[in-house]
Amino acid sequence: MLKILLLFWVLSLQIFLPQHTHAAGKEKTHLVLTGSSTVAPLVSEIARLFEDSHPEIQVDVQSGGSSRGIADARRGLAEIGLVSRDLKENEKDLKAFSIAFDGITIILHRDNPVKKLSNAEIVAIYQGKIKNWEKVGGHDAPITVINKSAGHSTLELFTAYFKLKSTEIHPDVIIGDNAQGIKTLSGNPDAIAYVSIGAAALEAELGTPIKLLPVANISPTLENVQNGRFPIRRPLNLVTQKKPTGWVLRFIQFARSKDVRAVIQEQYFVPLPE
Amino acid sequence: MNRLAPAKNEGFAGFVLWSVAAFIVAVFAWLMADILIHGAAQISWDFLSTAPEKAGRRGGILPILVSTLLIMGVCLLAALPIALGTAILLAEFTPEKSAFGRMVRRALDVLAGVPSIVFGLFGNAFFSVYLGLGFSILSGGLTLACMILPLLIRTLEAGLRANPARDRLAAAALGLSYGASLRHILLPGAAPALLAGLLLGGGRAIAETAALVYTSGYVDRMPGSLLDSGRALSVHIFDLSMNVPGGDQNAYASALVLIVLLFIVNVTTAGIVSRWRKTGLAI
Amino acid sequence: MCGPSFRSNILSPCRSDRNLVILLRLLSAVSGVIVLLIIAFLLKEALPLFQTIGLTRFFSDASWHPTEGRFNIRPMLAGSFLISFGAMGLAAPLALFSGIFSLYYAPQKGARFYQGLITLLAGIPSVVYGLWGLLVLVPLIRKLQAPGASLLAGILILALMILPTIALNAHAALLRVPQALIRGAAALGLSRGQIVKRVVLPLALPGISTGIILGAGRAIGETMAVLMVAGNVVQIPESLFDPVRTLTANIALEMSYALGDHRAALFMSALILMAAVLVLVVAAESIEAKTVYE
Repeated sequence: MLKILLLFWVLSLQIFLPQHTHAAGKEKTHLVLTGSSTVAPLVSEIARLFEDSHPEIQVDVQSGGSSRGIADARRGLAEIGLVSRDLKENEKDLKAFSIAFDGITIILHRDNPVKKLSNAEIVAIYQGKIKNWEKVGGHDAPITVINKSAGHSTLELFTAYFKLKSTEIHPDVIIGDNAQGIKTLSGNPDAIAYVSIGAAALEAELGTPIKLLPVANISPTLENVQNGRFPIRRPLNLVTQKKPTGWVLRFIQFARSKDVRAVIQEQYFVPLPE
Repeated sequence: MNRLAPAKNEGFAGFVLWSVAAFIVAVFAWLMADILIHGAAQISWDFLSTAPEKAGRRGGILPILVSTLLIMGVCLLAALPIALGTAILLAEFTPEKSAFGRMVRRALDVLAGVPSIVFGLFGNAFFSVYLGLGFSILSGGLTLACMILPLLIRTLEAGLRANPARDRLAAAALGLSYGASLRHILLPGAAPALLAGLLLGGGRAIAETAALVYTSGYVDRMPGSLLDSGRALSVHIFDLSMNVPGGDQNAYASALVLIVLLFIVNVTTAGIVSRWRKTGLAI
Repeated sequence: MCGPSFRSNILSPCRSDRNLVILLRLLSAVSGVIVLLIIAFLLKEALPLFQTIGLTRFFSDASWHPTEGRFNIRPMLAGSFLISFGAMGLAAPLALFSGIFSLYYAPQKGARFYQGLITLLAGIPSVVYGLWGLLVLVPLIRKLQAPGASLLAGILILALMILPTIALNAHAALLRVPQALIRGAAALGLSRGQIVKRVVLPLALPGISTGIILGAGRAIGETMAVLMVAGNVVQIPESLFDPVRTLTANIALEMSYALGDHRAALFMSALILMAAVLVLVVAAESIEAKTVYE
């Protein structure tokens, strides 16, 4: 009896080890997308819509980070890479197609009396030169500086716009994703952070005690990101290794079409201008 | 069973022990209260029986529950025989102080310290890419099996070693083959350790997030086969709380479901193992 | 059919046992193979960097700024060990007391409930612990000292997470102490406390240390929860309230965005961590051997 069970176990594992590899492009009815965890929820929803109107195709969305998206697209492990930034110089051999925009702004706790900060003040706070809220019109309390960890596109955009070097920043807390930043800040009235406008706006609407600050006097609204007035913004990109054809092309076109504007807005990202 | 009569003058020891227990229960209650407060409102039959919508902020978790069950199934089916075999070899055929035994145990202890994210990356490189399984439930389950092996093996080995020598001698005197003595005497004797190992290993597996993100993946569709990608409950909780803005409520609700599931599994396993201990393994 | 037929230490070997032993040996080889595969994988990913910059720079560079070619991991190694040892120091005694309580001091029904609770705690995902830590514990600690996300928060959450592992193993170890010895001691007039301290504990020690080693492994390898509450600043902490970054949190934070050398450096740090764990395990074993086998 034991022998029969063992045989069954070994056989069942054998059956599931396929003889062929799951190479990209081999099966036309299966698209694999990997990359940025910021873009993944949005593209998952778009994929679901796409599958609804095209039942013969299956679109799998995985995460793993923007770098993974680039690497997998290059190596053919994924048909499309998800990247939450522009392509870098050494990535220009790939093709990028934007599907939405996202802005980045400073957030403070709702109970913090400070209503806006000039660019110079923000730079000084992040460099550690201003250490107390008093100096910028707030309570007498030390500032807790929240920064993102190296490599995140939000960090790169932030440092590029404010002309900071990441080695100049002296953070008190380093976070990974936007949600972690928002949660850390919601428990700390003396903190300052920068996150995606979409994520912050959604959370603020749900009652999380944060508020978004304008940058260079421009309000951090989704309209301002779309019309380009808001100064810090990044594209959300679908990246392919070569010119897209077949199902890949159809999916990318679908993701850039009017049909998904509602989905993009639901996720609090900014659709491409009309 | 193991009850001992209390003595009159051990007030202090008793006090310390009761305080520790009370403290642990209190912290757990605090944690559970937090989860209940934030998540209980979302629990409904719909939540358990429909698919996620709006990136998981709405809708339910049915496909995720199915994926989780499948991943756990693969994990335990793969890990148990290996763990049992290794534990028996270590416990029965290797003297306690032997170099070989020490080496294997050392290797297992090191394996136990490998970070979950490294397991995820390894699982991806080995099961998904090299063996060609891709992002799949099978990849995830097999990776998890690797993760819980040290836990299972060490716990089982300890349990088997604890079988008193007189049981083995009695079995030999009766002329039982080794396989028979394992089946009827040694394994049932190690039942408490088997239980501890299963519950710990299974618990660790269901709680695992990072390893699964890279192996069984992120897709929240109902899986059609073991080769499909499927999102595990822990990955779903992670995504909703740390990635999708506004996903907190459903994250807590999913956590609540996970804890209830765990509870059911724990009670069932404990029941099975204690019955088995009394009646012997009737394979 | 049964009788002395092949070499092994089976007391009354039978022909059917030969197949069984072969099967057992095959199954045991699997774990060894897995360990080797993982090490091989890590080496393959880390080797290019190892060949270009060698090992010492991981300890002697000015800081950790991998995109600028600086790879010092010492603060993070310190962070990993401080958090793990802190958590172990807190959790191990608590877990031991928990096991003793459950077995010898708790009323029968209460003990089953209590054990069930501990088992449940073992299966709660790290993300849930991390969330609770971030939303409840960190603001509490902040009231004592900003920023709240700190070494202390990491130690507390980690201790909570590894407590069930150690407690369940300790409990199983305590259960294995032969009844006869306990009854004998009681018959001799020893009190409950004395029996536990002088009879049960010494005998259960090997099993308890297994639990402790497994707990330590979990502690060092834990990623998610620590990432959420410990602050993640790359520095050697000067107080319990300073934020720290563990090596595992570092890998998790940066792996999604790392390319080339940076990526190889992260794999290298994983290897160094494994080597450090090996050193610890060997040290723990030698201590165990001294106390148990003497």
